[in-house]
Amino acid sequence: MSENIGKVVGVNGNLLQVAFENPVIQNEVAFARTGDLRLKAEVIRIRGRVAELQVFEDTAGVKVGDPVEFTGDLLAVQLGPGLLGKVYDGLQNPLIDLAEQCGFFLQRGTYLPPLEADSKWAFTPVAKAGDVLTAGETLGTVPEGIFDHRIMVPFSFLGKFEVISVVAEGEYRADATIATLRDAKGNEREVTMLQRWPVKLPITAYAERLRPTEPLVTKVRIVDTFFPVARGGTYCIPGPFGAGKTVLQQVTSRHADVDVVIIAACGERAGEVVETLREFPELTDPRTGRSLMERTLIICNTSSMPVAAREASVYTGVTLAEYYRQMGLSVLLLADSTSRWAQALREMSGRLEEIPGEEAFPAYLESVIASFYERGGVVRLKDGSLGSVTIGGTVSPAGGNFEEPVTQSTLKVVGAFHGLSRERSDARRYPAIDPLDSWSKYGSVVDADDLRAARTILVNGNDVGQMMKVVGEEGTSLEDFVLYLKSEFIDAVYLQQDAFHAVDGATDAERQKFVFGRLVSGLNQSLGFDDKTQARSFFQRLTRTVRDWNRAAMDSDEFKQIEDTIKKMVTEVATYA
Amino acid sequence: MHKVYRRIEQIAGNVVMLEAEGVANGELAELTTPRGTSLAQVIRLDGKRAYLQVFAGSRGIPTDAQVRFLGHPMEVSFSDALLGRVFDGSGSPRDKGPRLGGDQIAIGGPSVNPAKRIIPKNMVRTGIPMIDIFNSLVESQKLPIFSVAGEPYNPLLARIALQAEVDVIVLGGMGLKHDDYLFFRDTLEESGALSRSVLFIHTAADPTVECLMVPDICLAVAEQFALQDKRVLVLLTDMTNFADSLKEISITMEQIPSNRGYPGDLYSRLAARYEKAVDFEGAGSITVLAVTTMPGDDVTHPVPDNTGYITEGQFYLRNGRIEPFGSLSRLKQFVNGKTRGDHRTIMDTMIQLYAGYRETLEKQAMGFRMSDWDRKLLKYGQQFEGRMMDLSVNIPLEKALDLGWEILADSFTPEETGIPSKITDSFWPKKSAADEPKEEEEEEEEAAATA
Ligand SMILES: Nc1ncnc2c1ncn2[C@@H]1O[C@H](COP(=O)(O)OP(=O)(O)O)[C@@H](O)[C@H]1O
Ligand SMILES: [Mg+2]
Repeated sequence: MSENIGKVVGVNGNLLQVAFENPVIQNEVAFARTGDLRLKAEVIRIRGRVAELQVFEDTAGVKVGDPVEFTGDLLAVQLGPGLLGKVYDGLQNPLIDLAEQCGFFLQRGTYLPPLEADSKWAFTPVAKAGDVLTAGETLGTVPEGIFDHRIMVPFSFLGKFEVISVVAEGEYRADATIATLRDAKGNEREVTMLQRWPVKLPITAYAERLRPTEPLVTKVRIVDTFFPVARGGTYCIPGPFGAGKTVLQQVTSRHADVDVVIIAACGERAGEVVETLREFPELTDPRTGRSLMERTLIICNTSSMPVAAREASVYTGVTLAEYYRQMGLSVLLLADSTSRWAQALREMSGRLEEIPGEEAFPAYLESVIASFYERGGVVRLKDGSLGSVTIGGTVSPAGGNFEEPVTQSTLKVVGAFHGLSRERSDARRYPAIDPLDSWSKYGSVVDADDLRAARTILVNGNDVGQMMKVVGEEGTSLEDFVLYLKSEFIDAVYLQQDAFHAVDGATDAERQKFVFGRLVSGLNQSLGFDDKTQARSFFQRLTRTVRDWNRAAMDSDEFKQIEDTIKKMVTEVATYA
Repeated sequence: MHKVYRRIEQIAGNVVMLEAEGVANGELAELTTPRGTSLAQVIRLDGKRAYLQVFAGSRGIPTDAQVRFLGHPMEVSFSDALLGRVFDGSGSPRDKGPRLGGDQIAIGGPSVNPAKRIIPKNMVRTGIPMIDIFNSLVESQKLPIFSVAGEPYNPLLARIALQAEVDVIVLGGMGLKHDDYLFFRDTLEESGALSRSVLFIHTAADPTVECLMVPDICLAVAEQFALQDKRVLVLLTDMTNFADSLKEISITMEQIPSNRGYPGDLYSRLAARYEKAVDFEGAGSITVLAVTTMPGDDVTHPVPDNTGYITEGQFYLRNGRIEPFGSLSRLKQFVNGKTRGDHRTIMDTMIQLYAGYRETLEKQAMGFRMSDWDRKLLKYGQQFEGRMMDLSVNIPLEKALDLGWEILADSFTPEETGIPSKITDSFWPKKSAADEPKEEEEEEEEAAATA
């Protein structure tokens, strides 16, 4: 590679102005050299003979005149076996290896390889000499934890390639040649288990994109039943601080019915990632009986880590998600919080002195958010199997007010909206998803008629509740009052869920269908009460009983017993008019 | 050795610009005028132009002031000799003691590798039931006190500092009233805690820019002590003044404000400081308690709002009490399961019943009829406020839990509290006024439990 060196002419926060002579590429990676440090940076604007670079590190100490090396490569991630279980920063630096090398503190300018090139993998060939393949098709597989990790024709290979040779079954280093391919022009290319892909470009080596229709079961009842997420769909969780965004994502990362979970801790508390980091290796995934960490990958660029790398972290996350999708797996990307990424854009836009939009966010915020969520989806791969990337992002709106640019831009593009309300979290009604404001365009796991009936009760019951605040219980009819109690009942026993309880914390689809059906059919009966006190006391007892039911394992005797008790309780007050 | 410049090209706000060579971003300079010498820091480079933020402010600076670059960023001297001493916002002695030599350490250093953090595990006991029972403070936590001006936040801070079992106290004052500074110093002195404390005090009378350094200096010093295996408590008051200084500088530098004049990077700037709170694997810890006054009692104001997104909960100080609603310790669950078997029960039950009390108050204000249950809640609420919430209450956790049972038993029967009988059997006080025979009234008790 020919040396392309520029010279620093200005420093403003993490923005460098660099004079250059040879051609430079928009978004190419460069290194600013100061003393014996090499600070990674990305070209983000070019004006005349001056390139503007965002540095992924603190720029203290950088001087005018310092040399800058342009690399000619776009910001890219390393793909290959061994990614699962890893903890990376936003630029795919392995944090655990960094800790071994540098100790307690992150050191500027220290970058380590994301994967060990000398790690050995048991390769089983799939393709054979003479096959004609295109990017993304499988050459062979290696076992990675619970999956067969596909070694594919690199995504950057354009056109058709004839397989000249594939190595025989056996152990090979990740960087050893496992196949030789020939393109249409007759050029031979060697392929290893490793490849690179630029994070800002989607991987499109598949046959076709499909519409997301299959529910992705999170085991959170209010989500799966009322505001479902689809495999390959997108959703967002906006909410004020302390409303429960992170806990909801943590719970989802444990229980969601997917093959791989990628957690992008983007610009929020380091402590929260540490919980995942330290606990997941100890937890077993009920689907596989193996450690949860084996299906998890963490991108950790928390709030005190460099801001520009925070922006990169969501792209790193989604690119790694797309990579596993290419293996026919269902991948869930959880980003907490997308607002911090938007703020990183805002900081940089401010330094570039671009014309600001609302709340000083750049005018292109909306299109950036839209193209990020567009990377979610279900695809049919070239071999006919299906893979999906589902994206769930939290949003942290300033002042908890959803009428702000990030929330609004996100709502335009996602398929489901789980809006957390301060009122509900203050009342400790967790998960604090607002049942009246939230919505989803995807299909529920429960019966559609049941769902409609329950919705009606929730909406009308809420109206009565509002009214009662003005006219008091005295001014409310018994009929309305019962409606109110019914809505409070659904809330207490179904919408609310104890995230930390072994049984209640995770309700699978089968159980949701069953329990929800029972509850709605009970509530659909006309229930007769003499007065409000009797009605209230009935619902209090019923609530307590159903809550106990929620805590009993579905295959236990206790579950059956409580089910009978509930039936009896409802029959006693049902009027058969 | 270092070149001296004598020609300032531009003075605006507290930022001066001059043409200079070989200057590094973040480097420190000494700016000397006939009135004295101030430190200044390079905040932007543009070709030959260097922009410096002057700690003592720009008032009275002549264009021929002498500027000497020091070739290093802001540093503070670190040694055990810091203990018992008071410094100003740029690290010069404020007491009568000598300037300190010793190791110079850079401030605003890099962030801790998340992989080297551990899950917090130790409770910091404060003797304040509203904290110890309901929102336990945890070693390595970062927690602000959200407060309206006029609330006793500084006395509260001082009290926690004195009662907490920590090895070192680092106090950072930003825009502190001189009286409040003396209050802290005297309180620490009288209790004998001054000898394990170090104070960096910027008062309201000092130049605004100087207050920008205070959190970084405090946290750099705290970090060194923590690496020496010390449990360090950092107290910062008031972070809103710090944020206001950031605002001032960014407006001077003509940055586009994002929200009510505050810069778009306010969140990152605050986070860089708060995230210094840590429990090091195999060394000491840093716990950060910071006062954030809320202009206009508005929690959606950019400073408390951004803070809440960063910190691990918050204590709301209102009407001289720590409010149970809105206050939150996000780390409490790491410690309150290991104290006493009834801790979580008392925590949940008392708050739920107190929520019921607040609702009853509203009903009462609307003129609705009071039921028997309402009257019980009213009695309970008043006792809870008087005997538990009052900030003058100072008792260990175990006593506070006992008191909790006493207050419950004064107003309710065990069933009415909704607490599982297994727990009331072993904790309910043996003799109590409410312990008389009663009929089936269980219905109402749950109204409270589910309210
Ligand atoms: N599902 C839940 N069950 C119980 N407590 C919860 C739940 N969700 C949130 N909390 C409480 O609220 C606190 C804040 O939640 P968190 O998810 O961190 O909020 P956010 O990310 O929205 O700021 C938690 O520390 C916990 O005490
Ligand atoms: Mg959060």
